[in-house]
Amino acid sequence: MNGRNNLVFNEMLNGAEVRAAYQSLERWHKSMPDDLRTLKQSEAENLFKRVGITFAVYGEGGDPERLIPFDMFPRVFTSSEWRKLDRGIRQRAAALNAFLADVYDRREIIKAGRIPEHLVTRNEAFEKAAIGFRPPRNVYSHIVGIDIVRTGADQFFVLEDNCRTPSGVSYMLQNREIMMRMFPQLFVENRIAPVDGYARLLKKTLASVAPEKCDSEPTVVILTPGQFNSAYYEHSFLADLMGVELVEGQDLFVEGDFVWMRTTEGPKKVDVIYRRLDDHFIDPLCFRPDSMLGVPGLMSVYRSGGVNICSCPGAGVADDKAIYTYVPEMIRFYLGEAPILENVPTWQCAKKDDYKYVLEHLAELVVKEVHGSGGYGMLVGPASDKSTIELFRQKIIENPGNYIAQPTLSLSACPTFVDAGIAPRHVDLRPYCLVGETIELVPGGLTRVAMTEGSLVVNSSQGGGVKDTWVLAE
Amino acid sequence: MLSRTANHLYWMARYIERAETTARLLEVGGRNALMPDIGGGFRNDWEAILQANGTLEMFNDKYSDAVQRNIETFLFFDADNPSSVLSCMNMARENARVVRTALTSSVWDAINGAFQELKQFQRTERSKLELSDLTEWTLRSTALIRGCIETTQLRSDGYHFMGTGFGIERGDNTSRLLDVKYYVLLPNVSYIGSGLDQSQWVTLLRSMSAHRAFNWTYPGELSAAKIADFLILNRMFPRSLLSAISQTSGHLDHIGRVYGSVTPAQTKVHEILSELAEAQVKDIFDEGLHEFLMRFMRQNGELAHTVQETYLQGMPT
Repeated sequence: MNGRNNLVFNEMLNGAEVRAAYQSLERWHKSMPDDLRTLKQSEAENLFKRVGITFAVYGEGGDPERLIPFDMFPRVFTSSEWRKLDRGIRQRAAALNAFLADVYDRREIIKAGRIPEHLVTRNEAFEKAAIGFRPPRNVYSHIVGIDIVRTGADQFFVLEDNCRTPSGVSYMLQNREIMMRMFPQLFVENRIAPVDGYARLLKKTLASVAPEKCDSEPTVVILTPGQFNSAYYEHSFLADLMGVELVEGQDLFVEGDFVWMRTTEGPKKVDVIYRRLDDHFIDPLCFRPDSMLGVPGLMSVYRSGGVNICSCPGAGVADDKAIYTYVPEMIRFYLGEAPILENVPTWQCAKKDDYKYVLEHLAELVVKEVHGSGGYGMLVGPASDKSTIELFRQKIIENPGNYIAQPTLSLSACPTFVDAGIAPRHVDLRPYCLVGETIELVPGGLTRVAMTEGSLVVNSSQGGGVKDTWVLAE
Repeated sequence: MLSRTANHLYWMARYIERAETTARLLEVGGRNALMPDIGGGFRNDWEAILQANGTLEMFNDKYSDAVQRNIETFLFFDADNPSSVLSCMNMARENARVVRTALTSSVWDAINGAFQELKQFQRTERSKLELSDLTEWTLRSTALIRGCIETTQLRSDGYHFMGTGFGIERGDNTSRLLDVKYYVLLPNVSYIGSGLDQSQWVTLLRSMSAHRAFNWTYPGELSAAKIADFLILNRMFPRSLLSAISQTSGHLDHIGRVYGSVTPAQTKVHEILSELAEAQVKDIFDEGLHEFLMRFMRQNGELAHTVQETYLQGMPT
């Protein structure tokens, strides 16, 4: 591991020197005595507990209200670094939406032979019920989470796209609140771009995609699967910040051409539903008949323009890992631009040559399930023992189309507090891009950090932590 | 507001009130255990406490002896006992958690803080926890929550649904306490004033933090009439049935005004209120205290049902 660590890009350093953006943090952590650090760390944990920000992990048992580890050492982007990311993220979000509008309509990109048809139409996330219907402003994915990793000073790669309902934005906001509360001086010394406009922008974005039939101030709601969902805290937090109702399926019903919510004063019409529920659960009449979480008849109201659903059913077809390979192609095809952010080179096991290469190099690669998420069902070759690798080999042989592989990237590392002071730990970044009448992006995102030395898995379901993410103002 | 939100606020309030009642009972039981053993002795006292709590049978199924340690466990920590302080606080917090957006952060902090402290108690060695610490903690925590509600919540419909929950639960609790004591202590009205029951009635008053208030309000010896008057009809005593119902009525009236419509819930509460407002202790004894209390509990229960149907289910009207 040490051999590899020498090659890791440490975001704080330029050679042996501390980069300008990190100098104030360098002074800050050096002047902080150990006992103060311990105190601050437990203060932070208490603050997280008090606001009730917790994360439940499916199937792990134990405390259902676990805290995600919070690391106090912020991650910093300079304004010029962010300018590039900002442009690249907006570009990608625009292309993904153009792709969705196309595949549910004329399918030009398939006709042009740029993407194989079966990857789209035989995709699990492809929604037949969405064909031939145009959602308001032709936007399908309103909140696009784009996971980005860095390998060098100027090398950023998109690891994956999240077009359905990316979570974690509450951590972006709370990490900042807590840092400002605990270390106000840092915010005096550094000019850090604020992120707290996110909720206002989200509400504006959602209101901007109200259906045409809505002729007054649109009523926006967040639809949650309920308090036992792992991201429930985030659902209620966002509803609170936006000042909109947080509803469950049981609170909504369909009557006539509209969706209504049950209130103490009787039914109230709902115009835009920001759903934090998978496609399959939103309408038992259209999808899973056993779903208790959805609203019977919702899809027919949606299709007749009585309500908008964000993200639109079927948006997931754009963030599939097999489709991912083609996003640069989408950018060129729909926008006529060169991609600003690169993809990680990806081998698709469905392709013969790639399949052969992957099986020969399993020990060096990261293998992922095409439809998997959250760090489940993935193989990190260099970190796995022989038997795990062999197990994966069998899985790939049984169903090659279900897997893609990528080189084990040397993810950048950020200084992170450990028992013996600070040490570099691998990080990634998830910014949240909002697409409605306009495309909006707050300067920042969620930085996830692998808390164990050498680990590359930053997912919170796998023990990863979070950091405040700074973008320095110009 | 969402019917479901109103429903959670209403039940959050009911569980907070219930936790407080259980803690009060426990406090009284602990105090009685320190008294010299007259007549029935402590065992009886603890059973009376469980009976008032409505959990005597469940206790007997689960524990062999009605000794203090078991009863403390049962009434404070036992998650199987739905009326234990732990269960009530968990339910209150669970209801609050679902509707966090409808609560101010200080109310949520108070509820969640109590929940975290309670978890701490669970991890503490029992021999290090005094009964009085536990009961005082509960009264303090619930008072803090109430205080935060009073001082920070917007006086919107949500606030009044909480108030309705507090009022209905309080009416129910007071009438139950009174009825059980009546059964246990007063098989015959003429017993009142005899040496045996004096301390027991004081116990009842204490369980409602009312024994001093009572002495300030009513000069002279204890009598059945005075106690019934105090706990049922006294407008100054905040736990009397009349106070509880007028509190409920006030909140429901507010809701009616905010929504600009009178519903069966207001009609029902006014009906109960006007009857209580005009009642005399003599009428209550003529009807029979037990019969009267049973009727009150039924009416209060019907009121709860009407509130639920009118506001908390959100059926299309």
